[in-house]
Amino acid sequence: MNQDDLANIAAQTKQSDNRYDHVIKVCVAAGCLSANADQVKTQLESELKQRGLETCCKVKGVGCMGLCAAGPLVSADANEKMFQAVTPADASAVIDSVIDNKPAPAAIVMDSQLDFFTCQKKVVLENSGEIDPERIEDYIAADGYEALFHVITKLKPLGVIEQVTKSGLRGRGGAGFPTGLKWTTVYKAGAAQKYVICNADEGDPGAFMDRSVLESDPHRVLEGMAIAGYAVGANKGFIYCRAEYPLAVKRLRIAIRQAESNGLLGMNIGDTHFDFKIEIRLGAGAFVCGEETALIASIEGGRGTPRPRPPFPAQQGLWNAPTLINNVETFANIPPIIRRGGDWYASIGTDKSKGTKVFALAGRVKNTGLIEVPMGITLRDIIFKLGGGIPEGRKFKAVQSGGPSGGCVPEQFLDIPVDYDSLASVGSIMGSGGMIVMDETSCMVDVAKFFMDFCMTESCGKCVPCRVGTTQMHNILERISEGQAGTKDLELLQRLTSMVKAASLCGLGQTAPNPTLTTLRYFMDEYRAHIEEGRCPAGICHPVKAEAEVGV
Amino acid sequence: MLPTAKTVSPPSEDKRWKIVDGMMRRHGHEPHALIEVLHTVQETFGFLTDDALKYVAVSLRVPYSKVYGVATFYHFFTMKPPGKHTCVVCTGTACHIKGATMLLNAVQETARIKQGETTKDGNLSLLTARCLGSCGLAPAVVFDGQVAGKITTESIKKRIRTFLDQEELESETLSVEEHK
Repeated sequence: MNQDDLANIAAQTKQSDNRYDHVIKVCVAAGCLSANADQVKTQLESELKQRGLETCCKVKGVGCMGLCAAGPLVSADANEKMFQAVTPADASAVIDSVIDNKPAPAAIVMDSQLDFFTCQKKVVLENSGEIDPERIEDYIAADGYEALFHVITKLKPLGVIEQVTKSGLRGRGGAGFPTGLKWTTVYKAGAAQKYVICNADEGDPGAFMDRSVLESDPHRVLEGMAIAGYAVGANKGFIYCRAEYPLAVKRLRIAIRQAESNGLLGMNIGDTHFDFKIEIRLGAGAFVCGEETALIASIEGGRGTPRPRPPFPAQQGLWNAPTLINNVETFANIPPIIRRGGDWYASIGTDKSKGTKVFALAGRVKNTGLIEVPMGITLRDIIFKLGGGIPEGRKFKAVQSGGPSGGCVPEQFLDIPVDYDSLASVGSIMGSGGMIVMDETSCMVDVAKFFMDFCMTESCGKCVPCRVGTTQMHNILERISEGQAGTKDLELLQRLTSMVKAASLCGLGQTAPNPTLTTLRYFMDEYRAHIEEGRCPAGICHPVKAEAEVGV
Repeated sequence: MLPTAKTVSPPSEDKRWKIVDGMMRRHGHEPHALIEVLHTVQETFGFLTDDALKYVAVSLRVPYSKVYGVATFYHFFTMKPPGKHTCVVCTGTACHIKGATMLLNAVQETARIKQGETTKDGNLSLLTARCLGSCGLAPAVVFDGQVAGKITTESIKKRIRTFLDQEELESETLSVEEHK
């Protein structure tokens, strides 16, 4: 395939789509599918056929539209009309509304002008909810693979890296390492064989951005990886994906097959000398494999245990070859950066955190789902404007970002801008983008215990501070929640947190104390209530002292 | 094909081993294909047996100790046969906040098994997941591979009872037929 073929496919696809007066899009990402979106789609199709309207209206399965809580979602005609919680029985009402402009039942009408939709800025998710993730033609029609062709025919590797560096993009896996710098290191590493790895082992509980990107727009990730391969001089890529995401894996497999048969992956891409192959490797449920050296050990077929760095994977990674590891969202940012230029990307966001970030908004918030916002937006805007606030008139207590490695941010910091440095300054991290909102029904000691339990179970056991430290901290937190702890335990807990942070081998242990540290810092009164009064303010834990008082 | 791979034959006559053999062949019997192959074994047979681990070890020329180490390191692999039905309660953060523990307790009460266990009649396995990535639908539960969202203690109890009752009903009808 060459650039003309690509343009032809794009033109043909657009032309055949334009034949229809209306297009009804049904979300077929995992969230809506579990609410029977596939049946809704089938029913819409058969209803249209029955009415003889299948030539003027098309039904299309598309990726995630974001507002997962209101699924299954259906939208029509450039998202002017949107429907929520659609059942197969609503199919005819949807068609009446789209084609004959009849008002649909209020229960299924969704306001497409909600802040949730209008306040977003979509770069990574620009195709999510728009294209059919299982059709490469759809992706090509949305300027897909244009960036790859531009790169391999017009740019030198250093020219690509220059754009990425200019964009100011930082690793979206959580740590925020400058992507351009990482690419330069791998580029400079002298070796005949290099690899590109896409980290799709989204193990953070409460995060589902990568899953959604892979399910909604898999080709974007493949294109980003191929561009990276060209830039750093690698001809082979691996996607390390969670086995718990069967739909994402299925769509990735389809996408790879389509790209290969169209000559967009494999040998001599675009009739040039550039070869790039991508293989999928399945994770097997180990959180620690999100750490890059553990991930490499896992691809090599072993137990996923990390090793000390340096040497960094950029110098010695997979099978000791220089390896570029980036997260799904990082790769998904690459095609638009190349298409529109690094300067354009750098114009979005804040001084030190450029571009947009996808967040998975969940927990005690009205609009749970996926959002993409420019860096620098405040937490308050995310939770109260896009998220629609706390349901049932309850009071906001904290927002947890960054999963087990992040912290709980209390109300007083709701107006800080969301960027890597501001979040770090209040003890949390950007993380991969999970954002869990908690209200007064959540007990912060219980939350700290929950994350510590997670880290304790997921610790690979290689280094002592993490293996033993997380267990000890969990024991103390358990004692506190049971009302069996004293003030001395609090001091011990504080000491342990700094020890585990300083002495652990990898990121898992080094960040494991974060949820505990932030809750100790901002919610000490809750800890004291458990210890001194034997009372859980949220009523989640059952400290024994409290039960004695009530006379149970 | 490598000569070492040809010398070992599968642990049983079961035709499904061909699927596993095919997977190993596709990876050229390379030791680094271990996890991929274990995935195939579990997908094919439902769980990993000792025989399977030994067969994979010899075929890929990986020490059995390493194969066992890998199989037990990763949570996704199980060496226990799953029940006829499975119920996986998500215990991710969003689900935890929205009461996953109560759901877990409800199942434990109704089916009288703890997490990770299977009922005595092999009817139902109760498992937990770290996060299904269905946080928008929290709390979420997977019944027999199908994700269901916004579960309440009532709805999960009801669903669990159908799994259990169904089996009892089936055994009852069987015994009636036997009487005839």
